[in-house]
Amino acid sequence: MKNQDVILTIWLTGAVLISLGFIFVIRQAGQPDTDAAARVHASHQWQGRLFIVMVLAFIVGTWATLRTFPIPRQDVASGAPQTVEAVGRMWSWELRPDKIDAGSMVEFRVTTVDVNHGFGVYAPDGRIVTQTQAMPGYTNRLVHTFAEPGIYTVQCIEYCGVGHGPMRATFEVLAPRGQ
Amino acid sequence: MTMASLTLYPDEERLAGTDRLVFNLYLITGLVLFVLMMLLGLGMRWTQAQWLGVPSNWFYQLLSMHGAGMVGTSVMITTATMWFFLRKYVTLHLWAFAANYVLFMLGALCIIGAIFGGGYAALWTFLYPLPMQGMGMWSPGASALFMLGYLLIGVGSLIFYFDAAAGIIKVHGNLGRALGLQWLFGGTINQDHPKAVVASTSMVIANSLGILAGAVALVMSLAAIFFPEVKLDMVLIKALIYWFGHMYINAAIYMGVIGIYELLPRYTHRPYGLSRAFLWGWATTSTLVIIVFPHHLLMDFAVPHWMLVMGQIASWGSGFPVVVVTTWGALSNIYKADFKWSLPPMLLILSLFGWVTGGFGAFLDSTIVVNLTMHNTQWVPGHFHFYLLLGVVAMTLGFIYHVVGDRSPETVQSGLGGKVFWLYFAGALVFLFGFLDGGRLSVPRRMAERIDAWIFTDQVGAVGGTLVFLAMLYFAARLTAGLLQTRAPAGAGRAGAAHAAR
Repeated sequence: MKNQDVILTIWLTGAVLISLGFIFVIRQAGQPDTDAAARVHASHQWQGRLFIVMVLAFIVGTWATLRTFPIPRQDVASGAPQTVEAVGRMWSWELRPDKIDAGSMVEFRVTTVDVNHGFGVYAPDGRIVTQTQAMPGYTNRLVHTFAEPGIYTVQCIEYCGVGHGPMRATFEVLAPRGQ
Repeated sequence: MTMASLTLYPDEERLAGTDRLVFNLYLITGLVLFVLMMLLGLGMRWTQAQWLGVPSNWFYQLLSMHGAGMVGTSVMITTATMWFFLRKYVTLHLWAFAANYVLFMLGALCIIGAIFGGGYAALWTFLYPLPMQGMGMWSPGASALFMLGYLLIGVGSLIFYFDAAAGIIKVHGNLGRALGLQWLFGGTINQDHPKAVVASTSMVIANSLGILAGAVALVMSLAAIFFPEVKLDMVLIKALIYWFGHMYINAAIYMGVIGIYELLPRYTHRPYGLSRAFLWGWATTSTLVIIVFPHHLLMDFAVPHWMLVMGQIASWGSGFPVVVVTTWGALSNIYKADFKWSLPPMLLILSLFGWVTGGFGAFLDSTIVVNLTMHNTQWVPGHFHFYLLLGVVAMTLGFIYHVVGDRSPETVQSGLGGKVFWLYFAGALVFLFGFLDGGRLSVPRRMAERIDAWIFTDQVGAVGGTLVFLAMLYFAARLTAGLLQTRAPAGAGRAGAAHAAR
């Protein structure tokens, strides 16, 4: 399952649970109860439980998603054995070199000579595998290890003027040597 | 909450003369602009679906107009919601409310002129240095006119907020007491302290700061337009732009939600108490919403990483207190309540569903590891359209239906309006799924050109968008006619409206 499929599935699960909550309450509307005090008490109890669940989810979720910071340090070289210089301009990409070995870490050094561009790396199946922004005056280090060989596409994904859509380039990921 | 506030149409909310004129101008202008901006949006979705051939340069002009127009209209129309209720509790000057409208319209004219006259197409976010580099599509002068429009609209908002701040401070002593901070750690909460004052105070503080940040970004950008040798720091300018932009559009939700606090208990005939959780929710959100903007810069790796961590943590913590407390409070208010559904509560509850469900998509996207694959894909318009279309617009329609119900009681009964409600809801779900599925497929947002693999999901979205547009056309026409109608005879109107609420 791709990253994007997982994310949509998580959202859909949440949306269904939220919908069920709304449907449950809406179905009770118009059917008045007699013991208002008990209803208010139960509401407060459930609110307290929800609060505890949310605080726990916040703590666990933050730990799980940030304990390994997903973005490499920018002030030091990553030590990746391969480096690709990527320069964006209205409306093309320059990639040097344009061949990368799979199974070995690569550091993309991404910048732009004019406006902001989005350095979106698309796998041969058409899904984004990673990305960073190309920012005027800065060079962003993006580190990735490609598992699968094939032709990958860099598509600009930050609107940059009328030529934004066709602003793309390709590079080849080669099978690890010896295979 | 006092029982008096459960009256469906209390006397202190009645509008007459110039008050009514200005209020109607806000709402009718807002409804018309919503329809027009949706039409532009539909044009773009039909183009992406390959059913229409809008050229790329026009497409990005439409996109700029749609973005600026929808954000501006959402804030303008929910400002009317805030004014309508806040004026019961503090003194608001009509001149400030009217000045905001006039400046909004002047600003809108500048923006329209810049886009359709000057060809401006650097989007509503005017991200430096794109406005200065139109590559023949637009001139720096067109960008300057666009930014002047923003400045006029921002000044209008500040006039309104400062007048509101003065009125709030006069009654409550200071903004902290108006937010109810004195009751956070103890003490007996005054149940007559209006939620409208809490929410309005939060926006007076947070949105004014955001607008000021935007003003700094605009002035810096204008300097860079007129003095090309001036070079701006990309990280600083983007941070200021998104501080403003994020706060400004969120203010539409936070001002619009006042309608839920005020109106829902009237329809359910059940008081909606002021709790410590509510006050904590607003206090937390008011603080975190100010520092949440770095989540728009998660892929700008040059931004200090502590800011990116702050962006994720503040995002997870910012919207949720208010959205959860409000949704919980509203659902508790209707749970086993003795009432019959009519359009105002239907739309208000729908808006909470849209807010929570869309907010969950935004919450996922603000997680750095998720953002690495979802940033700048159609996932983003998927989640924000969710809480704008099914949140802010539904909230506003519910509020206007309520207002119109006083003048034309039969309007709020379900009838044809009820059928259109379901058309709007179903159409919106289809429309939104088109975007979210586009996110799954890594379809870039803000792009005219398509590849074959994306077209089916674009077509699904375009069908949904068409249904939403048709429903909105009905709502806008019906509500505009209702707003222009003179009030029904006192007896008939009130009895009819009360009946509608039962």
